[in-house]
Amino acid sequence: MELLAALLTLAFQAMVPITLAAIGEIFSERAGVVNIGLEGLMVISAFFAVVGAKGTGDPWIGLVCGLGAGVVVGLIHGLISVYLRGDQVISGVGINLLGLGLVGSGMVALWGGPLQLPAALQVPSLPAPWGRVSPIFIVMLLLAAFTWWLLFRTALGLRVRAVGENPAPADVAGIRVERLRFGAVIYGAFLGGLAGAFFSLDWTHTITKTLPAERGFIALANVVFSKLNPLLALLGGFIFGFFDALSFWVSNVPGINRFVPWQFVRMIPYVATLLVLMGAIGRARFPQALGRPYWRE
Amino acid sequence: MLLAFIPLRTILLTIASRGKPVLEVIAALLIGLLLGAALMAGWGYDPWKAYLALLEGSFGNLYSLASTLSKATPLILTGLTFAIGLRAGLFNIGAQGQMVLGALVAVAASTLRLPTGLHLVVALALAMFAGAAWSLPASWLKGRRGISEVISTIMLNSIAVWLARYLLLHFLNDPQRGGWISIMAGPSARFPTLVPGSELTYSIFASLAFALAAYWLLWHMVPGFELRCSGLNAAAARYAGIEPQRSINLAFILGGLAAGLTGATQVLGRFPYSLDNGLTILGTLGFDGIAVALVGRNHPLGIIVAAVFFGALSAGGGLMGFRARVPLDVTYIVQGVIILAVAAPEIWRILRGLFPTLGCLRRGRERWNY
Repeated sequence: MELLAALLTLAFQAMVPITLAAIGEIFSERAGVVNIGLEGLMVISAFFAVVGAKGTGDPWIGLVCGLGAGVVVGLIHGLISVYLRGDQVISGVGINLLGLGLVGSGMVALWGGPLQLPAALQVPSLPAPWGRVSPIFIVMLLLAAFTWWLLFRTALGLRVRAVGENPAPADVAGIRVERLRFGAVIYGAFLGGLAGAFFSLDWTHTITKTLPAERGFIALANVVFSKLNPLLALLGGFIFGFFDALSFWVSNVPGINRFVPWQFVRMIPYVATLLVLMGAIGRARFPQALGRPYWRE
Repeated sequence: MLLAFIPLRTILLTIASRGKPVLEVIAALLIGLLLGAALMAGWGYDPWKAYLALLEGSFGNLYSLASTLSKATPLILTGLTFAIGLRAGLFNIGAQGQMVLGALVAVAASTLRLPTGLHLVVALALAMFAGAAWSLPASWLKGRRGISEVISTIMLNSIAVWLARYLLLHFLNDPQRGGWISIMAGPSARFPTLVPGSELTYSIFASLAFALAAYWLLWHMVPGFELRCSGLNAAAARYAGIEPQRSINLAFILGGLAAGLTGATQVLGRFPYSLDNGLTILGTLGFDGIAVALVGRNHPLGIIVAAVFFGALSAGGGLMGFRARVPLDVTYIVQGVIILAVAAPEIWRILRGLFPTLGCLRRGRERWNY
């Protein structure tokens, strides 16, 4: 029973970055801009969250720094993919590499290597029926509901989806295509930044250049799984997060090494991601203009 | 005096007329190096000292030149993996995992008892086969289940890493060397050294041969033509009777062969002729190939040039780290910025608007393209 509660606590932690990043990406993809740089976005935010927290001694200011870093990365990606009409996927790869280099060299320059955060710089957790829960977990639930409401129940959401499906008529109807897409990318990057800050300040309490360990791509899988619906992304996030947690949890079960080698346990999240995607019912329908820059004729 | 005989004006005009993509790429490289310098200064390092060391460490003498070429060898191959995928309309970022398995199989094959020469050929063939085999799940998932290769190849990369760590530890481990590294490939399975005292081996010819073969296949043979057609316009290609799954498979398999060969060149062509359990010997060569392919404009011949550039960055990085104490990860920043600059060709049109003197580039092109 205690082990199960531990598994649940872990799963609720592991689902947060995968879900938050996916919700942000859903909003951005609904507007027609894909960002495969979630991995780099998260690690950069995680790094600057730690920089902020260490500089001021306050985890909440660190959180704000992480969000700010996420938004700056979003500005770069938005500028390239919306205003410069560049290749969104290539820009995303650039951001991933930038994250690796920025965090890898920044860590060495500032602290001489990877870092362990003291308890005073960690985001405090709240009590929950099954153990402890992060305040960011609750924010994630609210953001999922808010993003769903924004996309499907407001005029702004209708415009965002119009711009993603077919920007030319939207433009004729007086919608500012570039501005809306740019805003959607920033919103997505903001949520990705929150996911990154969660990684370092709240979950792992450490910073390395490979901190997200492909979870940016698992978040992309979650976007596909949830068929670009923020509420379904909660379910997808829980499933992917559960397997992520399972791999930690199994490795702590005594005597498990005799049955399954630990290297195979570490494969669980990645294998599960492929299997879940394969088993997902029906295919996701992506916005028509996804990935295509808009040129006014 | 001699300078007067170099037709500088003609060369410049030719570049201006035919070489707009080349100029764009060169500008992207410069932007990457400049922003890398800015960031080094920001972290408190001396960028001037760093780049001088980088230049000396990559082209300063015969040894560093050989080192640059040896670093370029794997980059040509992983660059091809990505480029061939992109030519078929695929975003194949699975070179890393395919390379890991190629290296693993190369080490395993080195335990076979075969005569020198044949042993190397067999090891290379098996490594390439392993790389291609590891690319097939992504191809199948893409074609049959519509799962984006961006996600599937990344997952396969991670799975490959843990699989390789398991197999290395349990089947290819060398307990006499502390258990953290695999057995050493015997001399009969190694690439012979090309420049004595350096890491440059005959593996560079394997790399170049693969690049030329890929060029021939893509531009002078029917399957390659079909592959490029599918990449340019999948719907039109299907209408013309080109089976999409076949092109997808071909692109993944060719990419896998290149990536598998990359792994083999790293364990059979370099000291310590083995693979460590942390896979640090392979580094991130698979991902580095993305920048190489983009800078090389996804063309095998361009990729060779681009690989030498990035090889120099990597070869000189050691001396740069030593002299200017710059962390090696700075080269990822340079790479990332270069990719971002390549991603947005529109930036050049805006720059031309800001600096009218650059406008001659386009005028030149119009004049020469009649």
